Amino acid sequence: MKRWSKISFKRIEPFLYLAPFLIGIIIFTLYPIFNVFFMSFKENYKYLTGEFSGYGFDNFVQILSDPYFIQSLKNTFSYVLIVIPISTCLAIVFAVLLNQNIKLKALFQTAYFLPMVTSVTAVGMAWKFMFNYNSGLINFFLNLLGFEGINWLQIASNNFAALAIFGICNILPFIIILLLSGLQNIDPLYYTAAKVDGANTLTCFFRITLPLLAPTICMVLIVNTISTFKVFNELFPLFNGPGIAYNLFTVVYYIYYQFRGLTPPKYGLAAAAAIILFIIIFCFTMIQLYVQKKYSLEENKS
Amino acid sequence: MKKIHSIKFSRIILYIVLALGAIIMVLPFYWMIIGAFKTSAEINQFPPVWFPSSFNLDNFKFALETAPFATYFLNSLIVTFCCLICCTFTTILGAFAFSRLKFFGRDILFSLLLALMMVPFEMLIITNYRTIVSWNIHDTLFALIVPFTSSIFYTYILKNFFASIPESLYQAARIDGCSNWKYLWRIMVPIAKPALVTIILLNAIACWNSFLWPMIATNSPAVRTLPFGLYAFQTEGGALMERMMAAATLVVLPMILLFLFARKYIVNGVARGGLKG
Repeated sequence: MKRWSKISFKRIEPFLYLAPFLIGIIIFTLYPIFNVFFMSFKENYKYLTGEFSGYGFDNFVQILSDPYFIQSLKNTFSYVLIVIPISTCLAIVFAVLLNQNIKLKALFQTAYFLPMVTSVTAVGMAWKFMFNYNSGLINFFLNLLGFEGINWLQIASNNFAALAIFGICNILPFIIILLLSGLQNIDPLYYTAAKVDGANTLTCFFRITLPLLAPTICMVLIVNTISTFKVFNELFPLFNGPGIAYNLFTVVYYIYYQFRGLTPPKYGLAAAAAIILFIIIFCFTMIQLYVQKKYSLEENKS
Repeated sequence: MKKIHSIKFSRIILYIVLALGAIIMVLPFYWMIIGAFKTSAEINQFPPVWFPSSFNLDNFKFALETAPFATYFLNSLIVTFCCLICCTFTTILGAFAFSRLKFFGRDILFSLLLALMMVPFEMLIITNYRTIVSWNIHDTLFALIVPFTSSIFYTYILKNFFASIPESLYQAARIDGCSNWKYLWRIMVPIAKPALVTIILLNAIACWNSFLWPMIATNSPAVRTLPFGLYAFQTEGGALMERMMAAATLVVLPMILLFLFARKYIVNGVARGGLKG
């Protein structure tokens, strides 16, 4: 009898360890995935009674003909296409410089990484203040350089530029850290050899640093593309919502708006938009896995 | 001789570019903190005032009087603390089970969990909101804690660290009659301290700064956390810029202090695993 209980305890013991972890995951990650998936196909879904008329693509048809959703896709894609290349290029420069043998390294690191740990909302308030048309710092610098001040926040067509600038500065520290750790994996012998051969700094950068950093850059590009697709938080401190004239809808904002901004909430539409967001992110994740596999294969070959 | 000059010259350029970048990155923070001390006349002045005339705390006082920032601050502390306790506990147990205990379907289960990691949280909020509404805990602090009691991401990081501890240590302890429970807390956890500190710090930053979920799950000021409280202060109070800056400084300061003290852990953690989300 005693022996039997010992064996059965050994059997269930792992699940006792897993239980607290798995319960949370099942309720708040696994169940919602299926729930949202089914919700997106329910037609005329009433969230209070749970009634719906049947399954179909009605929600998808509706959001794809909704100008606000089309706008949100457009905004999100252009945001990614602008923020990612610019921030990655800047990050490469700063990461390479920070990786040099410099004095005051701790001070520089602190300065560069600060925006990573601070609240987007709070820092966004400071940016809003800096973007101010009449007394803002950015227009002050533009004036110094001989340009006219720009009304960043109150003219709808300038909103996107303000959002992109804020977004670039916000994401920069994260990219720099990832690139720095990639740089630290490059064998310093390459540079010593190049120096012996008389190569200058620029040649070293383009012939050694960039090619060897390529896998990291690739990873960084994809990871950050995924995270910038979820742009949302940045909208609130700057514009109190999606731009000054409902002109800056993003995909996540659209989801939020459908089920929390509207009365009565349209859960079906929110779910359909969420599924589309998921599909986009899924595609990029697949590319990421493919790239990772390719690079690890190449590494094994050489 | 010429070569030495060119090296020195390139060093100077290097420092200038680095300093310029650093100034741009720090500028919003400088502007926020300086703005918090300005008078309303100074804040609207153009060209801008780089140093306020006096360091009086009127703006902070006003921000604390008009909006319950003390409550927000306390709420943020409670939520962050509870999330950290719960999440770290479930993460340690889960990571241990996945790295040391043997059970049927372990590796398949783990791969499935990793696949779940790519599902964006923004998609789950729709159902999670309805879950907390049906449990009747929306608009309470519980709603801000319960969904974050377990995390695949942190479990994944810790599992990798646990797996790097030699298995022979575990076998030896087991032969000496040490139970799994005792082994985990007496040996594994102390060894994994650096990894634990890292995931706790990353989690603390994520909790403290979270905005989307508190905005969805709470309505009343009594349960707001700092970032959302700050945003509400902007929209509801019609607040003046210098007071907004004072409030924003209060939100940002704890994380800046944390970063100054634990920079190495945070930077290493981000470099190894990336940020959540």
